[in-house]
Amino acid sequence: MKPILEIQQITKEFKLGRRNESYLALRDSISNPFRKREKTANTFLALDNVSFDVYPGQSIGIIGKNGAGKSTLLKILSKITPPTKGKIVCRGRIASLLEVGTGFHPELTGRENIFMNGSILGMRRFEIQKHFDDIVNFSGIEDFLDTPLKRYSSGMQLRLAFAVAAHLEPEILIIDEVLAVGDAEFQKKCLGKMNDISRSGRTVIFVSHDMNAIEQLCNRAVILSNGVLKEDGETHRLIGNYLNGERNIVFSPIQLVDDVELHEFAFEPVEIVSGEDFNFTIQLLTKGDKSPEIQDFCLLIFSEKGVRVSIIDLRPFIKYFERDGNFLSLKAKVENINLVEGEYSLGLFYVINEVRKEVMDIHRVRIKPGLPQHPQVKPYLSQYRGHVELMNKIKIA
Amino acid sequence: MIEYEIKPRTKFSLGFDEIWRYRELFYFFTWRDVKVKYKQAALGIVWAILQPLVMMIMFTLIFSKALNVSSDGIPYPVFAISGLLIWNVFSNGLLNSANSMVANSNIIKKIYFPRLIIPMSSILTALVDFIFALIIYAAILIYYRQDVDFLKLILYLPLSILITVVTTFGLGTLLSSLNVKYRDFQYVLPFMIQFLLFANPVLYSAKAFTNPVLNGLMKANPIAAAIELCRSIFTGTEVNWQTIAIGSVMAVLLLIAGVITFRKTEAYFADLA
Repeated sequence: MKPILEIQQITKEFKLGRRNESYLALRDSISNPFRKREKTANTFLALDNVSFDVYPGQSIGIIGKNGAGKSTLLKILSKITPPTKGKIVCRGRIASLLEVGTGFHPELTGRENIFMNGSILGMRRFEIQKHFDDIVNFSGIEDFLDTPLKRYSSGMQLRLAFAVAAHLEPEILIIDEVLAVGDAEFQKKCLGKMNDISRSGRTVIFVSHDMNAIEQLCNRAVILSNGVLKEDGETHRLIGNYLNGERNIVFSPIQLVDDVELHEFAFEPVEIVSGEDFNFTIQLLTKGDKSPEIQDFCLLIFSEKGVRVSIIDLRPFIKYFERDGNFLSLKAKVENINLVEGEYSLGLFYVINEVRKEVMDIHRVRIKPGLPQHPQVKPYLSQYRGHVELMNKIKIA
Repeated sequence: MIEYEIKPRTKFSLGFDEIWRYRELFYFFTWRDVKVKYKQAALGIVWAILQPLVMMIMFTLIFSKALNVSSDGIPYPVFAISGLLIWNVFSNGLLNSANSMVANSNIIKKIYFPRLIIPMSSILTALVDFIFALIIYAAILIYYRQDVDFLKLILYLPLSILITVVTTFGLGTLLSSLNVKYRDFQYVLPFMIQFLLFANPVLYSAKAFTNPVLNGLMKANPIAAAIELCRSIFTGTEVNWQTIAIGSVMAVLLLIAGVITFRKTEAYFADLA
């Protein structure tokens, strides 16, 4: 079978303007038409020699930090911007959803926007008509079809936009972070729809920061890092490696108080399993001669959306900080961490040398699903279970 | 099974096959712009009729009643509306299309389709207004009991509009691609249009020019040619076909220059817009 997409040595170079402006003023050209454009202009490689093949029916997740080149790759695939070098051979119609609701106009009604948006996305009029009822049903805006879009809530606009996009029938669908918004129920509906799309044999290319979504949807993933293709392979393994890689980045010390810094903040295993144990190491470095006085110390756990989920109170364990030269370290094990699977961000609350402070987002951990609490039933999706599993025993009265 | 390649642009092409594949977008963009333009206006589409009417009344008061400008032997309102029909297509079309790429930059940055469709459909929007203005045109002809040579009407009017549209399209695509790169054009444009209104024989007769240099310039001006053609339906003067031919050639040259500039720069619109 021939690949549906052959991405061959794609390179995209951006010129960084002298003043870092994205557009020029005529004044610049007029005022000095003879000045040579600085040849030494800084260039920036958004993508550097990226190659991979995609086969029909695959759904590929593209993983990478901000600025890794994911969006640029999607823009090249959707022909919005041309590559500087290299080429892509496509064997199918591509539709891209780089942002839901592109081409929506606030003055037009819901009905009119469905047609407008659909045709901008590349649907023919008869195709839109064919899917019209499905789109309306999926979005759930029946009653507002003839209301101008500007009176819709943002959630309704989003639902409508996704509904139109979900009914595109291209061979290759490119999706960028569309699930970032919308309520939990709608997100689930979107994921479900995307699952259907990829199961129906179409090829999906999906970019998201949500590792769980990628893991659910994609059977293959590629990792981009600074414009270079780092790895290509099975999703589950790759996400593990990716998170590992992120973690292996040398922890840059954080100043806690004047002469004390957080020197190490490490968790093991890399992927903590819900309901199981994990180890952590906290190491402080003192710069002065005096040993710092730690009065309070807590680990803070935040959800991905920044909501405080819980704390791990370490006050009783302050005395176990071990001193070694200028280092003070605490190694401990937390048993049966009953957090629902997902991404969490960790912070610290402390009182050291009378300075009271909170530091957020020091470290991110990903918790994997563990054994269900009630093995006889299938657990609900994580978004319905909140963040903490209460390990209560239930007895029938 | 379709197969195509995405790669750096090397050779130049107009890409008409692609535009044809996306032809429905013309309809949708034009329809959107017309809809949005008159939405939430109590009078709605009536404005498309009122605008040329009000302009005509205004110019009649100033140029005919107050200044006594000659109108080649026909009632000044007939004279003015013949010029305004052409002028409005040109000025609205130019204004719309020159700003169109910047106005639609959010779409350009997110979705691919042949970019030429955007300035083209903004001229179609101006043509929709033209169709409504024809109602005023007809009403005035009836009111002044103007003798109409129908053969001339159905030949000259479309031809003059064609010259206008080709010119507008050429200039519009040129300005729209320049506007993406240099936003200065959006400030220059209103002055330019105002200047052109006075520089073209919209409100006065082309015969008013006696200076040979200005006459020569007027000959090379496709809009002046279109207006002359449109007016000759009533004035009974022989059409100077040489002027029309020169005007048409200029219109086509503008079109070529505009489309080539546009096609050469469009690949980078998404990076610049």
